[in-house]
Amino acid sequence: MIKRITWRAATVTAVRWETKTARTLVLDVPGWSGHLPGQHVDIRLTADDGYVAQRSYSIASAWSPSSPSVELTIQRLDDGEVSPYLTDVVEVGDKIEVRGAIGNWFVWRDTQTAPVLLIAGGSGVVPLMAMIRARGRQPFRLIYSVRTPEDAAYAEELRHRVRENPGLDVHFVYTRKAPEGAGAPKRIDVATINSHGWPPDFEPDCYVCGPTGFVETAADILVALGHAPTRVRTERFGGA
Amino acid sequence: MELDGNALGGDLSTVFATDVTDAVFVCAGCKHSGVVATLRVWEPAPGLVGRCPNCTDVIVRLVRTPTRVFLTLTGASRLEIPVEQP
Repeated sequence: MIKRITWRAATVTAVRWETKTARTLVLDVPGWSGHLPGQHVDIRLTADDGYVAQRSYSIASAWSPSSPSVELTIQRLDDGEVSPYLTDVVEVGDKIEVRGAIGNWFVWRDTQTAPVLLIAGGSGVVPLMAMIRARGRQPFRLIYSVRTPEDAAYAEELRHRVRENPGLDVHFVYTRKAPEGAGAPKRIDVATINSHGWPPDFEPDCYVCGPTGFVETAADILVALGHAPTRVRTERFGGA
Repeated sequence: MELDGNALGGDLSTVFATDVTDAVFVCAGCKHSGVVATLRVWEPAPGLVGRCPNCTDVIVRLVRTPTRVFLTLTGASRLEIPVEQP
């Protein structure tokens, strides 16, 4: 049966800061029929004078009938039109227009049995976090590039999951300031993906999400290392 | 802000009966084929323009007004849309 995607009035039921500039909104969406990890929603804001701004935001939460809420983690862009409103103005109880869940390509389904390699640049981690949260027994590796340790969202949860859930590895790349013992700051490169990804022989499903330059670099490296281009899925992270 | 065809999913869902981010397009210009999610999209703009990742020709143009959606597909010589098995 075809279900039309329509705009719905979601209610913000909780908020929490993930970093100094990224905030998670927990939404209760009436009539929400579930979502897959990797999918996103469109958000529509209408000003008093009728001006409308629409943006796409990835879903961070895994869906199940017992956890039906939709969580979005929004990175504030200082020159943005929509994100500062969502990070700094919206409060619990507010209503937001939401449309989704959207996307059928940049998704991970729990019927996939291959190992998974996730490569995140900055707030591109959000849809990949939904995949980690939905993961069953499949082996997952996450390479997560952040400017500084303080910019890593979900850091505590990731540490906890690595400790508690066998089969999940997380490697951080610090581009501006690295913590003690992590080496000098650097950008993601062949050595990083070669050492902390899966060998191409394992035929992993690869998901790359981040700003355009990051996504192109990481995807090019994966293909150069021998991963089949059809197994490399990308999403250029937007928002503003 | 550079995005990609993943971001077109919501607006295209107002036109198509199924999600088309995993539909395969063939560029009318360079004949490159790929999934709609890999199109290049730039924002903000009054409409959405999806360009071929290989030759940057315009594949799809979508403009929304409060009452209509204008969809131009002249840049795609073909669109192959997966359907669910019955």
